[in-house]
Formats: sequence, structure tokens, C-alpha cells
Amino acid sequence: MTKMVNLLFAGVTSLGLAFTAYAGDYITLASTTSTENSGLFDAVVPKFEDATGIEVRVVAVGTGQAFEIARRGDADSLLVHDTTGEQRFVENGHASERADVMYNDFVLIGPADDPANIRGTQSAAEAFAAIANATAPFTSRGDDSGTHRAELRLWEKAGVEPDRDWYRELGSGMGPTLNTAAAMNAYVLSDRATWVAFGNRQNLTLLFEGDDVLFNQYGSLLLSEEKHPHLKHDLARRWHDWLVSGEGQQAITHFRVDGQQLFFPNAK
Amino acid sequence: MENNNAFYVALSLLLDFDASLVQIVALSLQVSILAVLIAAVLGFPLGAAVALWRFPGRGGVIVLLNALMGLPPVVAGLMVYLLLSRAGPLGDWGLLFTPGAMVIAQVVLVLPILAALSRQKVEELLGEYREQFVSLGMSRPRMMPTLLWDARFALLTILLAGFGRASAEVGAVMMVGGNIDGVTRVMTTAIVLETGKGNLPLALGLGIVLLMLVMLINAGVYLVGELTRRRTG
Repeated sequence: MTKMVNLLFAGVTSLGLAFTAYAGDYITLASTTSTENSGLFDAVVPKFEDATGIEVRVVAVGTGQAFEIARRGDADSLLVHDTTGEQRFVENGHASERADVMYNDFVLIGPADDPANIRGTQSAAEAFAAIANATAPFTSRGDDSGTHRAELRLWEKAGVEPDRDWYRELGSGMGPTLNTAAAMNAYVLSDRATWVAFGNRQNLTLLFEGDDVLFNQYGSLLLSEEKHPHLKHDLARRWHDWLVSGEGQQAITHFRVDGQQLFFPNAK
Repeated sequence: MENNNAFYVALSLLLDFDASLVQIVALSLQVSILAVLIAAVLGFPLGAAVALWRFPGRGGVIVLLNALMGLPPVVAGLMVYLLLSRAGPLGDWGLLFTPGAMVIAQVVLVLPILAALSRQKVEELLGEYREQFVSLGMSRPRMMPTLLWDARFALLTILLAGFGRASAEVGAVMMVGGNIDGVTRVMTTAIVLETGKGNLPLALGLGIVLLMLVMLINAGVYLVGELTRRRTG
């Protein structure tokens, strides 16, 4: 029994050590699953940490939840992709500043035999209409993420009211949604980064890309000092400024998966 | 990866002794073990007290403890999130997205299991011992340590059930820990992340590593239990 107590004691002591080892300058960044799942942060964040000594702790969730985390004052900085929502966030006083950081684009993924024949369509709206006409299965994020919001705008543009018979709202992140689409052999709208880095494609392939409406802008936000005086605003500003600096923009350019550039810096 | 078999991945993960995997495994164990210990310190006396004392609303407490054994982890996570969020009542502690928050969430999950099951066990023992206790003129507070000690082997099993719940859940630690690389990433959240990336063999490999770890701990506890049982007869 005493042996077990000793063992437990050793466990608890090492636990205390582990918890205190995390001290030092850090910020918490709320961001999206697309940036995390593609591996962008693994490539970019260490460069920032080397340059400044500030650790960046990424909490990767859907854009909707990222906004909520920031609104409650639980993150020091925000990097998301919903320009309309971001501007509203600034207007409502939750954030003090917003800057364009980079973009990638959305791509339409689907079964290789393309039953709705969207390969031949000329625009994203046309492709979406073709999927609806063919009543081919389509998996939607359904989680109020930036990608989900973009998808809903595209259905509207196509003049289609998605129908439960073929439209599956999953309420999951980009990766799990692609897993489900692969299993169901369904069409799905994905950001390019997650798609290129995705390892479980099965019969899915990229079917439509290149329409301007598929443009996917990422923005960095500095949160309100008035509403959240406890946040690490100085450190968050250094991250924000670094992202849009030459050094940060270059780090984004240099991030490749299989030789393919996934994010394109466009800070002004 | 030349071989996509999950067992192969699990094996090479273990053989490589990958530093980030070691860290993830260590954090998983630390968080869950600490949570189970805290829950035991609170839960066993609570269970024994409910078994020993008769008070108004006792039936309600028992039903509540039993029901909370089925508390969905994500609900526990959400409650702890709202408590620890900066906008919440305990926001000043600054614990959200730290291992401390994960320990708290797991205590919430494990405590009802330890309390409810130990209550049942202690009550059974009390039935056996009652006459002896009465003849010795023992007070209830003095019965408690005796009952808990004599129930120790059953309590060990209950402890393992609690540990199983803690180490297996993902909803609560994901929500209050945030799955931050190197800070709050544990086995289960890493598995969710790798599944999201479509790295299914790696995800399953991590799952196998987790399973082996839990089996190792169970075997260890079983051994300790058997040895002490034999020694004490």
C-alpha cells in the first residue's frame, strides 16, 4: 500500500512540474480547423516563436465558435475566414482592428464519376445547381464555420433550396466532413488547404475550381482592449503585426504540401 | 509511410519513442490520474457518508449521483467552460485552455461514478457489519474509515472504472483544453485531430497505443490488488 501511495505521490509531483513548465510569454489564438488541419500553423508559428520568443497556443475550432471564444475574452487573438462576420465583429466593438492576411480558395470535391456532371459547368453557381438537379448526395459542414457560411451563400447564388433527400448537414469540422463525403461518395465544398493535405480521399476528386466567388479570405483581428482589459494585447499585436509583415507573409508563402502552395499572402 | 497498417503505425510509434507522442501520453496520464485522485478524495467519503447517514432527501441524492454517472462529457465540458471562461464566474483564475481546466472537467465526470458505486458497496458492507458496530457502540464517523478500508478492493475496481471514464472521454477535454499542441493535446484529442486530417491509420495507431496503456495500468492495479489480497489473506 505504501508503495502505491509513493507511486501516486510521484505522479502528482511530476504533474505539478509539468503544469508549471508551461510558464513564459504566450498568447492564445482562436482559429479555424482549416488552418490547423492543413498544417499551416506547424510551419508558420515556430518562425514567429523563434523571432520573438512568444509562444502561440492555437485553439482550432469552427469560425463561429472562434468568434464566440473571442467574444467571451478567452483568446488573445483571432485568425478566421469570414470577412463579413469579421467586419461585423469590429463594428460591434469586440475587435479593434482587422487586417487581411492571406487567401486560399474553396474547391468542389465529388465522386470521380461525377454523376451531376459539374466538371463541364462554367461557374460555381452552375455547378451547385447541377448537383441539386441531379439530387446527388452533398455533405455540408453545417457548423456555422467560415466554409459553411460560404457554402450557404453559394446555394443562394445558385437559386437552390437544398433538400434533405440529398443534402446532408453534418455539423462537423472540415476533415470529418471530408471523411463522411468519402464514405458516402458525396459532393462537398472544401477549402483547398484541407483538401490537399487530406489523407483519406478514397474515390473523391477535385471537380470544380477557379471561380472568383470561391475566393476565401483570411483575416487577423485584434480584440477590444476596452472589453477585455485582461488579455495580452501587446503580445497579440506583435503576432498580428508579424503576420502582415514581410517575414510573416514569406513564411505563409513557403508553406507547401506535396510541393503545392496552399495559402497566398495578401496583406496590404 | 510505406505501410499503412494501423498496427504497424502503432508499433512504429512505440518503437520510435517519438517525443511529441511521449508528451501527449504523459499529459493524458497526468490529467486523468490527478482527476481520479481528486475525485476519490472527495467521492469515496461522500459515497460512504450517503450510505451511513439517514437524512431528508437522501433518496434524491442517490438518484442524482446515479444519474450523473451518465453525464455526457461534452455537457460537463460545456459547464466547466462557462465557469472558467473569462466572462464566467471563475474567469479570473485564467484556467481555460490549460491542463488544470481539463482536470476539473474530468473530476466532474468521475466524481459521480466513484461516489455512487462506493455508496452501494459501503451500504452492502454496513449490512454485514451493523450488529458488530452496534455491539462495539461505534459512532458513524468512526465506522466510515473501517468500512472504506474493508471495501478497499472493491474501491480499487471502482477507481479503475473512474480512470477508464477519464482517459476515454474526449468531449470535455476538447472543449476546456482546446487541443493545443504541446500544451493541452492528449491521446483522445490527438485521435480526433488525426481523424480530421484523414490520417486514419495514424489515428487508429494512436488508439491502439492508448488501449495498450490503459491495459498496462489495469494489469498493474490488478497485480497490486492480488498481491495485497494474498498477503493480508
